[in-house]
Amino acid sequence: MTMAASTDAATPAVPTVAPAPERVGERWSWAPYLLSLPGLALFAVLLLVPLAMTALLSLNSFSFYGGIQDVWRFDNYLEILADSYFHEVFLRTFRIAALVTLLCALLGAPQAYILRRMTPAWRSLCLLIVLGPLLISVVSRTLGWALLLGSTGLLNQALMNLGLVSEPIEFMYTETGVVIALTHVLVPFMVLSVWASLQRLDPQVENAALSLGAGPSTVLRRIVLPQIVPGILSGSIIVFALAASAFATPAIIGGRRLKVAATLAYDEFLNTLNWPLGATVAILLLLANIVIIVGCNRLVERRYKQVFE
Amino acid sequence: MSYLVLDRLTKRFTSWTAVDDLSLTVEKGELISLLGPSGCGKTTTLQMIAGFLDPNAGRITLDGQDLLAKKPNERGLGIVFQSYALFPHMTAAENVAFGLEMRGTSRVDRDRMVANTLKLVGLDSYGDRYPRRMSGGQQQRVALARALVIKPHLLLLDEPLSNLDAKMREEMQIELRRIQRSVGTTMILVTHDQSEAMALSDRVVVMNKGRIQQVATPQEAYDRPANAFVANFLGRTNLLPGTVEHDQNGTSIAVADARWPVIQAVPPGPGALAVRPEKISFVAEAGLSGIVQARVFQGTQWLFEVETAAGRMMVIRQHDGGVLPNERERVMVGWRPEDMAVMPAQEAA
Ligand SMILES: Nc1ncnc2c1ncn2[C@@H]1O[C@H](COP(=O)(O)OP(=O)(O)OP(=O)(O)O)[C@@H](O)[C@H]1O
Ligand SMILES: [Mg+2]
Repeated sequence: MTMAASTDAATPAVPTVAPAPERVGERWSWAPYLLSLPGLALFAVLLLVPLAMTALLSLNSFSFYGGIQDVWRFDNYLEILADSYFHEVFLRTFRIAALVTLLCALLGAPQAYILRRMTPAWRSLCLLIVLGPLLISVVSRTLGWALLLGSTGLLNQALMNLGLVSEPIEFMYTETGVVIALTHVLVPFMVLSVWASLQRLDPQVENAALSLGAGPSTVLRRIVLPQIVPGILSGSIIVFALAASAFATPAIIGGRRLKVAATLAYDEFLNTLNWPLGATVAILLLLANIVIIVGCNRLVERRYKQVFE
Repeated sequence: MSYLVLDRLTKRFTSWTAVDDLSLTVEKGELISLLGPSGCGKTTTLQMIAGFLDPNAGRITLDGQDLLAKKPNERGLGIVFQSYALFPHMTAAENVAFGLEMRGTSRVDRDRMVANTLKLVGLDSYGDRYPRRMSGGQQQRVALARALVIKPHLLLLDEPLSNLDAKMREEMQIELRRIQRSVGTTMILVTHDQSEAMALSDRVVVMNKGRIQQVATPQEAYDRPANAFVANFLGRTNLLPGTVEHDQNGTSIAVADARWPVIQAVPPGPGALAVRPEKISFVAEAGLSGIVQARVFQGTQWLFEVETAAGRMMVIRQHDGGVLPNERERVMVGWRPEDMAVMPAQEAA
């Protein structure tokens, strides 16, 4: 009773005092939007507009004599979806990207873990070696791989001189060659990403597992690995996206014979001059990339939800 | 042969010596506390026993076996880490179950033991929470449960109760003491809480700058500190300079205009004595004369500050109706010889 009475007594005072400061807080503030306008404008001009133009272009049609026709149809999409040649190219693209991602995870994650266990002096040296390739242009690195992988290249000569093979193995213009070169190009991204999540690991947590009787391999599997899943996942997303849309490496190692989506789009634009079809390839590549990445992301996040908080 | 023997352990981090020539023996079933200011090497000592740090010199034996030859995962110790070190990707129950799983305990036994231990630390309804969703005190209790559930012979506790409220801390103290008594677990406890160390330990080890200052029962360390550091570290104390003399009547120490017989063996020459404020009383004769500078009423007791020729002293008297001096009054203070600790001058620095 007394409680009710006191609230009743207090109520009349509320409307006269409380709303005033509330209105100040609720007033629409333009400052943050105005301040981010330059950034938003840059983003729109450099990304959204070209993307929208590509999407529109993909709806046009192309005739060999008339050039680009201003029509709005899904013919290009239907053509790609119906033609087994395009299926093959897209399948190859994602097969390569998936393999490269897997290899990068298998190589990069242990590499990052080993780096963390090193003494600081060795660690900075090895980190430089791992990340150094990022400082060299992709084209020159890939040309280097072409020299190594060619039928008279260093690798084949070594294998033949060792008597391991009698004929040179064909790496150039094969998926194997593309996968090897792309893995080399992209593994630093995985190392960096796993490295970042390893930094957040408390070394005493590993000690705790040891003290409870877990052997080193159990600690790695049950304690370390689950905690660096977010790092491996974000590394995989970066590597997969870069591998699926890579151009220079497949162009040099894969050449004309072994097309992937990016080289296919390039050829449609610059050789066949069928810009709308090229644009369609690019848009489909983008869409497939988004679907695959978001899908995998969801799956892994659900499986390891507690480490993602 | 003692159960756990630390023999001249030394640990250096580049140029800094964290633990310096530390020797200690611990008996089976004993609860021993490491006390000392922050950074004195308590955690480092435990980490060497656990095997996470290799000592630069020295030996450790447990039950007669060389412990340093064993890997950390073969030592079978229970450890509560200062930083808890819970597995963040496992629930509280999974954290506690991990050690049992490694020991190959069957699923049924495991579930029962985990439930019992979580109940013991008052977390029975928190089994499926992840550590991130728990408060600091709850996490600390999971860490305690994780170490207790494997029933180790030797338990290393690095400030295991620091984050608990007073009531929970008291309950856990009683629990630790009960386990130590009934199961006979040997425990090494690091704590910042002196009353906790005093209440729980069979013996306390007072450390400073990586070196052991004194190993004694709590009462002994309090009543008869080995040096000025221990005297000051464990509660408040008065430290007075004096001169130790040996003659036909035995040993005595002269402080300003007064003299006390000395029971301990101390070499003659410059020395110092330490005496607790509550052991000092106002006497009529044979004491140290001085003037009361201040007196403060503290409820159950009075706190006096007395200026003497040997220096300023703190005196605590019970508020029991007795006659006590006023401020600016000339008084004489005294204490029984067995209530003071006498040490050579270099120990008092
Ligand atoms: N990995 C390390 N590298 C260098 N110095 C270290 C390292 N670990 C500890 N130290 C130093 O060794 C000393 C002892 O550290 P330790 O952790 O044992 O202190 P502590 O007694 O447990 O302190 P606290 O009560 O604050 O936990 C400290 O001065 C600390 O700076
Ligand atoms: Mg510590």
